[in-house]
Amino acid sequence: MTEAFRSRIYLELTVNGEAVELTVPAGRHLIDMLRLDLGLTGSHAGCEHGVCGACTVLVDGAPVRGCLTLAPQLSGAEVWTVEGLTDEGTIADLQAAFVERNALQCGYCTPGMLVAAKGLIDAGGTPSREHIREHMSGNYCRCTGYEAIVDAVETVARARAEGSAT
Amino acid sequence: MKAQVGGYARAKDVSDAIRLLAQADGMGRVLAGGQSLVAALNMGLTGGDLLVDITALSDLQGVREDGDTLIIGALTRHSQIAVDPLIAEHVPLLAQAAPLIAHEAIRNRGTIGGSLAHADPAAEYPACVVALDAVIQLQGPDGTRQVAAIDFFHAVFETAMKEGEILTGIALPKASAGERHIIREATRRAGDYAIAGLAVVVCDGAHRIAVFGAGPTPILCIDAMEKLDAGDIDGAVSALSDALDPPSDTQGSAAYRRHLADVLLRRIVTELGEAA
Repeated sequence: MTEAFRSRIYLELTVNGEAVELTVPAGRHLIDMLRLDLGLTGSHAGCEHGVCGACTVLVDGAPVRGCLTLAPQLSGAEVWTVEGLTDEGTIADLQAAFVERNALQCGYCTPGMLVAAKGLIDAGGTPSREHIREHMSGNYCRCTGYEAIVDAVETVARARAEGSAT
Repeated sequence: MKAQVGGYARAKDVSDAIRLLAQADGMGRVLAGGQSLVAALNMGLTGGDLLVDITALSDLQGVREDGDTLIIGALTRHSQIAVDPLIAEHVPLLAQAAPLIAHEAIRNRGTIGGSLAHADPAAEYPACVVALDAVIQLQGPDGTRQVAAIDFFHAVFETAMKEGEILTGIALPKASAGERHIIREATRRAGDYAIAGLAVVVCDGAHRIAVFGAGPTPILCIDAMEKLDAGDIDGAVSALSDALDPPSDTQGSAAYRRHLADVLLRRIVTELGEAA
């Protein structure tokens, strides 16, 4: 291997609003960086090939797959996980609706569900149940059968739309 | 499983990326959005690769006009393709195709250049660029070259790209007035790869039909196109069936894929208002 290619990569980025410096193995994906290097175990690693959505987190404001995003690519990026979003209170209504509607059972998919749902709700409006299902189709839940998750997302989208209308 | 990577380097510009690939001695692998490559690394389908990260290359980003041509930079993400006003106006087929790809979280990272270079036969963009008669722009140690989309896809995951080359952009003819673009596909769930799909362009009564998910590469169905030009819909459906030799796998049998292609073509003809 030539010197141009490194097996460990030094990174400076922002995670949940805090500046972070660390060195990661070249093959480290974002979700392992969060969980193993930074101790942020709220985001979950499920399938590790982009199918289940349990690892969905925000990078520069946009939902991404933590398992398909290589950490070395994130120099200068701004990452938000369920921990930071919870502390900021930005998804408090969504979290409350998930509890209210019983939209989680084992909870493994929930951090990814919340981030994926945030993307749809932040876009504004009152999406149809069909649209919600399609938007959330990249996030698997093996407990709830999805109906309650759609309920929760629909409830929050409506409440926010009504809130902004008044 | 965890990715086994030989090393990582961040390219500063296109020349730097080409230099890095040359230094990698056959183990170089271009990393862009990573939505297929990182999955393959995680699954252990490839290992020891020397990753050349091109995502910082601003030259390869965005969409621009060049006379009658629209140039899309290789690093333009699916989420950008879906909403870009120039693409909506001049190559609406791609704007229709982008939302069909996977899910929001994947569209936010994946790039059009990566999808084309990866050449998954069930992916949408390869069929779109064939239907649109686009030109793929490549750059390598010997300079730049252009390859017509129809000549670009050689086999499953195999293209006309040579070792050490980078896909830098896609040149697409702008749609003329009244040109129609339609893409339709059959999937089990939203965001899945297509079991079968069709990308159709109609310009002044001349049809171009590219099928995806039904063979090792996107397939331009010339006989079916000529039949449709002549208004012979049954003949076009029959010619389409004859042109396909689809695989049988867990997603569907060859006969089922052929059936889907027939159904999709009839639906598209109806949508175009050409059905009898």
